[in-house]
Amino acid sequence: MKSIVLYMHVHQPYRLRHYTIFDSGVNHDYFDAQWEASENNKRILLKVAEKSYLPTNERLLKLLNKHPEFKLSLSMSGLLLEQLEAWAPDALASFQELTATGRVELVAETYHHSLAFFYSRSEFEAQVSMHKDIVKRLFSQEPKIFRNTELAYNNDLAAWVQAAGYSGVLAEGWHNMLGWRSPNYIYHPISAPNIKLLLKNYRLSDDIAFRFGDQSWSEWPLTADKFVRWLNEDNDATNFNLFMDYETFGEHQWQESGIFDFLSHMPKEWLANKEHGFMTVSEAAASIEAVGEIDSPSTVTWADTERDLSAWLGNAMQRQAIESLYLLEKPLLQLNDWSLIEDWRKLQTSDHFYYMCIKWFNDGDIHAYFSPYDSPYEAYMNFMNAYHDLKSRILDKGLLV
Amino acid sequence: MLGWELPPHNSGGLGVACYQLCEALSKNEVDLEFILPYQADHNISFMKVHAARRQGVLEILQSGIAYDSYKYIYRDGHEEWHDVYSQSKFYEHAVAAMAKDMSFDIVHAHDWLTFRAALRVKASNNVPIILHVHSVESDRAGGKPGNPLVREIEETAMLAADSIVAVSQLTKQKIVDEYHIPADKIEVVYNSVDRTKFEPASQDNSYRYLTQLKQNGYKVVSNVGRLTVQKGLVNLIHAARVVVDALPKTVFLIVGSGEQMEELISLAAELGIGANVVFSGFQRGKQWRDSFSIADLFVMPSVSEPFGLTPLEAGFYGVPSVISKQSGVCEILSSCLSVDFWDVNEMANKIVGVLREQVLRDTLSEALEAELATLSWERPAGRIKELYEQQLQRSAS
Repeated sequence: MKSIVLYMHVHQPYRLRHYTIFDSGVNHDYFDAQWEASENNKRILLKVAEKSYLPTNERLLKLLNKHPEFKLSLSMSGLLLEQLEAWAPDALASFQELTATGRVELVAETYHHSLAFFYSRSEFEAQVSMHKDIVKRLFSQEPKIFRNTELAYNNDLAAWVQAAGYSGVLAEGWHNMLGWRSPNYIYHPISAPNIKLLLKNYRLSDDIAFRFGDQSWSEWPLTADKFVRWLNEDNDATNFNLFMDYETFGEHQWQESGIFDFLSHMPKEWLANKEHGFMTVSEAAASIEAVGEIDSPSTVTWADTERDLSAWLGNAMQRQAIESLYLLEKPLLQLNDWSLIEDWRKLQTSDHFYYMCIKWFNDGDIHAYFSPYDSPYEAYMNFMNAYHDLKSRILDKGLLV
Repeated sequence: MLGWELPPHNSGGLGVACYQLCEALSKNEVDLEFILPYQADHNISFMKVHAARRQGVLEILQSGIAYDSYKYIYRDGHEEWHDVYSQSKFYEHAVAAMAKDMSFDIVHAHDWLTFRAALRVKASNNVPIILHVHSVESDRAGGKPGNPLVREIEETAMLAADSIVAVSQLTKQKIVDEYHIPADKIEVVYNSVDRTKFEPASQDNSYRYLTQLKQNGYKVVSNVGRLTVQKGLVNLIHAARVVVDALPKTVFLIVGSGEQMEELISLAAELGIGANVVFSGFQRGKQWRDSFSIADLFVMPSVSEPFGLTPLEAGFYGVPSVISKQSGVCEILSSCLSVDFWDVNEMANKIVGVLREQVLRDTLSEALEAELATLSWERPAGRIKELYEQQLQRSAS
């Protein structure tokens, strides 16, 4: 029996509005861009809902109804769920319809899509717990598998995941970590022998997520039967972990690229062989035996050519911004003012730091595509102006920062 | 090659760009002869430099430098205008006479003052002409239409030209929009910098007072350029007012001369920031370098800047820039902040942001240095040589 483990990540940050030094100390509406502004969060969410969430969910639901074997897993950040609830209840309902089939599993993560694990363990745990609550409230599910923001993974994270009671954790199947081994099996983290490690097959995943619509790619056009043929080439595999951004469907790869047709046809092609199936992430963790241990002392993520945290924390601006932000933790929690804490947490979202990435010449254009800013320097300035305001609000309450 | 100035007798970036381009072209085995309107010692070995007329540099500079063309309309007594205009006519006839005894394949002319000469040589010698547009009249007039006589020369010459080189996409677009020249006749070739020409900054900065202020926690914002409407300094002074409100320990250093000097000085005084705006006049050599190296930030707020070399020069001295979006250099430089020239508050926001965040300044200048290391005149010169070859093939067939 061979299984496809399809896992998709859904997230939208609260982008900062154009927030100047003259707003700092005066206006506290960092995330409320005017409707006309390109960084208006509601407008972006509605656009993505229309181009991606609604049409993709419609096709996924059809597939679930048509193929009882079809299954998938989703992780949805708390910030995304919040925005769907407020602005796109129809899109939220379409996700709920998927989970109601019993074959769509939700994955645990931080509510605020943050890198808190690397800066404050207690803050990290608070956000994971908030995420657990919202998933329970909206989907009546209790996640069994954990994924960290940007799939940022190392031995410490695995140990935490095991201690927190999850049965598995997701990570990038990066060759530095795997060596000669294949991601098409299940492993144990060396630091957490009781849980399973599911590793993304980045070649196959990125064929869909990044290369699908690229007409200069030698394999273009990618059809469902060609893709399934590639899977069949690995005779001994137990699982093919296809992990990607949900927005691949309709947003990163436009409808015109044929991505929806690919999605609609791939399960049927795969299931034509009786030995083939689909599994959710927790099913794979529970039913597939681990074949070995993986050691990952340094952090691996699912972005960039380096697959490390350098896209978020690689330059001095990024580190300054995030370190300054976490220095506010103590006074903020001491004040216990919910609106301050919420703004602080929204500023922790990894996207803000990604916008400050200056690795122009390798993958800079991908960064530019996803950034609401003209330049990473502007991203930093804008972020710091909001940070200064948050700090001044703490100072106003009589606390020293 | 027809041009109006070469260093050290240049009034701005035009002469520098011509010089460095020619040097790179001659390395690329292009045999050049350069005709200037004046006689002077340039100490140039890579090409022959001719004087169109036996007159000194001073006469040319007195009759208006290469950039002045709109002044005439505003001043009574048409002397200034008449002089630069008649200088261009003298140049035209002198070049035409010289061309009869010279042998060459192509004429490459820089900016409107040499365009009539180029047209005349095209007619008499039957060679292709390439017009190199470093600025058009509306650039120099700060966004206004400018002098109609100059526009007429530009338009006639560009229509007749075999090919046109624009120093940026912005300039190309202006040539298409304002002169209705077909876009496929215009090639964009960005200017560059020759880093070997820069002398390193000295430890002993000639701005003693500013050095002292910096030791007391002040930050210095500088601008180097002519004080003309094109350069947008009125907006910078207004932005300075806003910046000083947020960061009182900020000084603006304005380096250069031009007809706006008095207006800018009194504006700063009216806004109550006279003490925060320092004017140091036109500078060369060490003082010029010190004007960059003393700064924490360089601002180029130009209303319309076809290319704009100064942010690259500032970068060489480790100083990051806020640059007008209405500039050509903005099209090729990533490691900078950009702003619309008219958006005074946003300009102030960016200036404060950079001054306040040391790590932003450091990251910007580091990235800028890496970017500058990739720039040279080799590529633009190679592109120009290709253009020459295309023209020669076309005229041969």
